[in-house]
Amino acid sequence: MALLEVKNLEVRFPLRQGELTALNDVSFTLNQGERLGIVGESGAGKSVAAFTILKLIGKPGYIAAGEVRFEGRDLARCSDREMQQIRGNRISMIFQDPMMTLNPVLTIGEQMVECLHAHQKIGAREAREIAVEKLRQVHIPSPEARLQQYPHELSGGMRQRVVIAIALLTHPAVIIADEPTTALDVTIQAEIMELLLELCEQENLALILITHDLGVVAQTTQRTIVMYAGHIVEEGPTSEIINNARHPYTQGLINALPERTRPGQRLNQIPGVMPPLTSIPSGCAFHPRCEHVLPICRSELPDYSVADGNRVACHYVAQRETTT
Amino acid sequence: MSGANPQPGTALDAPLLEIRDVWKEFPLVSGLLEQLKFERGRLVRKRESVKALNGVSLDIRQGEALCVVGESGCGKSTLARVVMGLLEPTSGEIRFEGQRIDNLSTGRMLPFRRRMQMIFQNPYASLNPRMTVRQTLEEPVRFHHPSFSGDDVRTQVAEVMKSVGVDPSWAERFPHEFSGGQRQRISIARALTMNPEFIVADEPISALDVSIQAQVLNLLMDAQQQRGLTYLFITHDLSVVEHFGSRVAVMYLGTLCELAETRRLFASPRHPYTQALLSAIPRLDRKDSGHIRLKGEVPTPINLPTGCVFHKRCPHAKQRCEQEIPSPLPVDEGTLVACHGIEEGWIE
Repeated sequence: MALLEVKNLEVRFPLRQGELTALNDVSFTLNQGERLGIVGESGAGKSVAAFTILKLIGKPGYIAAGEVRFEGRDLARCSDREMQQIRGNRISMIFQDPMMTLNPVLTIGEQMVECLHAHQKIGAREAREIAVEKLRQVHIPSPEARLQQYPHELSGGMRQRVVIAIALLTHPAVIIADEPTTALDVTIQAEIMELLLELCEQENLALILITHDLGVVAQTTQRTIVMYAGHIVEEGPTSEIINNARHPYTQGLINALPERTRPGQRLNQIPGVMPPLTSIPSGCAFHPRCEHVLPICRSELPDYSVADGNRVACHYVAQRETTT
Repeated sequence: MSGANPQPGTALDAPLLEIRDVWKEFPLVSGLLEQLKFERGRLVRKRESVKALNGVSLDIRQGEALCVVGESGCGKSTLARVVMGLLEPTSGEIRFEGQRIDNLSTGRMLPFRRRMQMIFQNPYASLNPRMTVRQTLEEPVRFHHPSFSGDDVRTQVAEVMKSVGVDPSWAERFPHEFSGGQRQRISIARALTMNPEFIVADEPISALDVSIQAQVLNLLMDAQQQRGLTYLFITHDLSVVEHFGSRVAVMYLGTLCELAETRRLFASPRHPYTQALLSAIPRLDRKDSGHIRLKGEVPTPINLPTGCVFHKRCPHAKQRCEQEIPSPLPVDEGTLVACHGIEEGWIE
């Protein structure tokens, strides 16, 4: 039984120029304790997908169709009050920039206690004890002293650890991490990702990791979703996606990495750019950049075909599978 | 690309640009009262400063792509700006083809400005939003070649636009009409319109998406081959360095730790910091990270540690590292390492 099940989700933003489809028929599941990566370029809809699960998409965006099943409820139809019991309690979120996430005028302790009081009826002393314990769990030295400090007194890596500690306060079942290490240096990034992995295993947490960095996904997640122009183009076990990608876009993305070419050789590039969501091409959104384009790609959105555990939305792959 | 470069170590590769013992401090602006400190019972006035570069020396050879890597705050962008003359070094010299350029007047600097150009990180900020692409690209040509006729300028600009993959018919458009990748192509075109010999690129692809990064890197490599350019390439992305650079300089807290040929550096990093840095790159094909954890965090560049700037985080540090600043010494062919442990042989 899946912990979180997203079914045929469609998110639209009505704009002056007409309606824009930010998520188009997005479906995926997340099991307990599973680590799922969502990759794609900027504007592919990775963050919108995460925000929609928590109903954090801003007006005028709205959920046009689909369900988000979590612990017996459909979050897409929950009221704001019901969502408050889930957000930051059962499902927590970690954002990209820890300086923007933490309140600069409150101490670390005040922010942690505030979060606990929002979800649990406990005394001030108990709340402080939980906060200290969580800070220790994310390997922050002298946690008692940190409670009195303000976010600006900590380094970027330490701040992100505090954000993770806050996300863990209420023993959530799912953590959604939206580019958690993009603002950090490589050595700090490696430490934060190690910490997230360790915590997921300790607490049997499910993780949705949103990133553009395929290396991070390869090292952290078990399953990966690849998004392009608001649609899932491929999904499968991470090792399959990395080593055995089926969709031409996934292949292009992985082959474009410098480590896939001999030093000094020209990199394999995907021609063109991802279309803006206001002008998504007809049929398969990737067809203008695809080297295997077929006539049917221009007119029809491909269905998913399953090949060796990978779910792929591509006419070319589907045709090749049926002929062989 | 590495094949097209002259092999390091041959007599041909006289340095195009020399960085000689460059120091750069940025004084912290503070009031008189904040500067007053008690020391041994006496009131003294102490001015604090950020020590961005601490005695960096580098040679950049003709035709190579020298990559400078390091984490944020290590002084790599300051180095780029000092080289370009956008910042004045506190002490030290920059020489271009043997001639000192860091102390030249604006007028005497002009001929050098034409020969060295810069590409910046953020193509959203480095292009003037109120100028069309044509105005942006024509301005430097008109400025440096006042004798050119209008036609000369236009043909030169159109040629450069074609060579970077921007359709010359888009010249009347404004930067906001282009995507990030296209804008970076335009910034590259702006650098190339002067037919420079030397280009400083400060994180030119880190604001771009993966598939676009490949396009822009290819463009930079093509330009190098066609025009025989020399690059000083500043980046934090080590996989790009491995692909692009002929030599790599690793910096930590404004100090050069290690300088080596790219292949040699990635195959056998010597300096303990380089080893830790390389072990932190997320790789597609490596499941167990094997990441070398460092103690603590990068110290502030206001109060530098005594001795080796890395000693507080170094797993091998000994007493000498706390007291004496190591200088970069040659170890193998062309490799320089600033580490007492390597020098004395107690680090492998």
